[in-house]
Amino acid sequence: MERDVWITGRGLISALGEGGDAHWSALQDPARWRGAVDEKSFAPFPVHPIGALDLDRFIPKKGDQRAMGPLMHYAVAATGLALQEADLAGDAAALARTDLVVAGPGGERDIAVDEQILAGIDQAPNRGAFLNERLLNDLRPTLFLAQLPNLIAGNISIVHGVTGSSRTFMGEEIAGIDAARDAFARIRSGQSEVALVGGVFNASRWDMMLLFRPSGLLLDGPWQPLWRRSRAGMALGSLGAALVLEAPEHARARGRRPIARLSAVLGDRSRRTPGAASAAAERQGSALEPQLLRGHVGLLSGACGSGPITAEERDLLARWGQSHGGIPVRGTAGAWGHAVEASFLGNLALAITCLERGRLFPPLDPDEPLEAPWRDQALKQVLVTGWGHHRGEGLALVESP
Amino acid sequence: MARRDFSRPVAITGIGILTSLGEGRDENWRRLTAGQSGIKRIQRFPIDNLRTNFAGTIDFVAPESQDTPQITLEAARRVAREALVQSGLGRPGDFPGPLFLAGPPIEHEWPQRQGFAQRAHSTAYAAMAAATQLSNEAHERFLNGFIADRIADEFGTRGAPATISTACASGATVIQLGVEAIRRGDATAVLALGADASVQPEAIIRFSLLSALSTANEDPAKAAKPFSKNRDGFVMAEGAAAFVLEDEDAAKARGAKVLGYVLGCGEAADNFHRTRSSPDGAPIIRCMRNALADAGLGPEAIDYVNAHGTGTPENDKMETMGLQALFGERLASIPVSSNKSMIGHTLTAAGLIEAGFAMLTLRDQLLPPTINYREPDPAIPLDVVPNQARPARVRRILSNSFGFGGQNTSLVLGLDAA
Repeated sequence: MERDVWITGRGLISALGEGGDAHWSALQDPARWRGAVDEKSFAPFPVHPIGALDLDRFIPKKGDQRAMGPLMHYAVAATGLALQEADLAGDAAALARTDLVVAGPGGERDIAVDEQILAGIDQAPNRGAFLNERLLNDLRPTLFLAQLPNLIAGNISIVHGVTGSSRTFMGEEIAGIDAARDAFARIRSGQSEVALVGGVFNASRWDMMLLFRPSGLLLDGPWQPLWRRSRAGMALGSLGAALVLEAPEHARARGRRPIARLSAVLGDRSRRTPGAASAAAERQGSALEPQLLRGHVGLLSGACGSGPITAEERDLLARWGQSHGGIPVRGTAGAWGHAVEASFLGNLALAITCLERGRLFPPLDPDEPLEAPWRDQALKQVLVTGWGHHRGEGLALVESP
Repeated sequence: MARRDFSRPVAITGIGILTSLGEGRDENWRRLTAGQSGIKRIQRFPIDNLRTNFAGTIDFVAPESQDTPQITLEAARRVAREALVQSGLGRPGDFPGPLFLAGPPIEHEWPQRQGFAQRAHSTAYAAMAAATQLSNEAHERFLNGFIADRIADEFGTRGAPATISTACASGATVIQLGVEAIRRGDATAVLALGADASVQPEAIIRFSLLSALSTANEDPAKAAKPFSKNRDGFVMAEGAAAFVLEDEDAAKARGAKVLGYVLGCGEAADNFHRTRSSPDGAPIIRCMRNALADAGLGPEAIDYVNAHGTGTPENDKMETMGLQALFGERLASIPVSSNKSMIGHTLTAAGLIEAGFAMLTLRDQLLPPTINYREPDPAIPLDVVPNQARPARVRRILSNSFGFGGQNTSLVLGLDAA
């Protein structure tokens, strides 16, 4: 049994704002999305931060707000928006059947505590004893709960009441592809009726700079357009993204119509020798090719911005465009930063907004031939790529309902 | 109860196990059924000032390595090898199916941080980020996807390897992910793997700060005492296990020896509290019922329960309440034991390791004991198979994994497909 998979709700929070309309509007004007880049707070590394959230709107209880850091706030907010649009928010019976699938990293560390301990440890007569004593005294007990990746899902369950089941995928960009794939495959096959799938990333963290910078992956100077950066080309971006995926019968029974259809989610892992990622993506592209409607296809790329792998993707997408009579591309990390675990789901959510408007937003990089302006025909299909900075190749197809 | 066609049994054709009791399923089973403990004083790092200074470590796996990703990877590699050899499936470096891994969250640890600070001549993150240079190999080692990526590379599994974290339910969740993929027809074989070696100062202190760990430092081997009145917390431990799961028809067609079956998987999330489960036990009851429903069985079909049984005051009370609701009066005649009394709580690997022991229970018709059971708790009227293994007739086992943060998974495992 293979069923259609409907998307009945989406949530999207990034440096560009909250929700599909805010994103569409910010993406019309380069000055607006360009103005959302923060080149000071983590200098020399530009980041695309999420602005202050109205937490009370998304997380009513102060105790819940305090039990989480920004990463989990973003996840709860994005999933809340998706549940609202799907008209599932507050429907206890339906939420108890809703399967939750999440992709994310660990939560924020207490950087001040880390720095204080490091400052004292060299002088300590017994470094191990010093470390143990300071950790016992200085770590807040609840901080652990804000750090465990599975508590992203735990907090979504607590705040929104989603309790059908709960799965958290880890593993950088692949996690987002896996989460989308898991929810999609279960609904398509009849193993699930309705699922809330979300991805989240917080870029405004020095521990993330320390994770990605030492191997030379972070953009460490003024912001530049995405497609032709050097290896040091990743500008991280905060993002919370969520979709409600639903079986058509389940949605109809609730009187809901789809906002889009998710028609395919494919994931692979190449060894990343030169050309290997392209070869993996070519296999995925060939599998979807028969479904594509020539002239009505746009593509949102998850290219991270690190030179060699982004150049490889650029070359492949150029070939795809040539063989399909043009597939205009938008490298969204140029506008909202690279959001690692949340990147793939962010583009899936943004694809819905583009389909609703019947076109892609204006090029983010007008000098890049891939990013051609949208033409007159209606946009009916959006391909979404998700190539990890280190591993993983994903491809999805989102279509108008 | 009619079985839905998409909930058919899935065959198990290979099992690998490694815990603080040793390496290999037979060595582990011999020591587990002898009631031996793998819990000991921590040797890996200084234990001064710790509230709990013992654990079930697996230092024999990678004695030269101090960090979680390297030890976890080596443990994962060894159990994968053992399971693949037993299954006879695929060729070295070429496994015909996807990988699902249950593993710990990975981040830089204190030795790395201290190294960064020394080389940067600064303890500020900004300075460390600016000054540190690492090779690609050093970079990938602290990614959350590292272990799955290495295993996928070495064993040649197909597609994008998945890394799952449903806390202490992770090991059971990867079995469920594999079962679902096979039932959907996405794969005919799956490598389900769980590995966790996260006994590090910060990890043990984080659990200490939540008052989750036993503090019975005087005699580590006696510290884990699930279901006892004097239980005082779980014992952090390390280990790994692997299952080769196969479509039953495909396994039989290639002449594989089927060791047993995953008959059903159930999940239910708890939204009561971040560290405590719902006082009415509803989510764990629903979780166990979902597993039975998925297997097309009623509670009368279960002969033995491999309990989550962490030894925390809360878990054992709630699990007992859940079992009472599920089995009613029949619970008195169903043995329920906890492997954690001997191997500690192997965290993200626990669900897989314990499912592995459940399969050996079925093979040998021998129930592993709950050791350190000296003070029965009147509030827990269970037959915990106290202190000594016991022969029994067992066809179907319920194995529970209840995660911190509200993620619960139960499995129904059987000797036969029916």
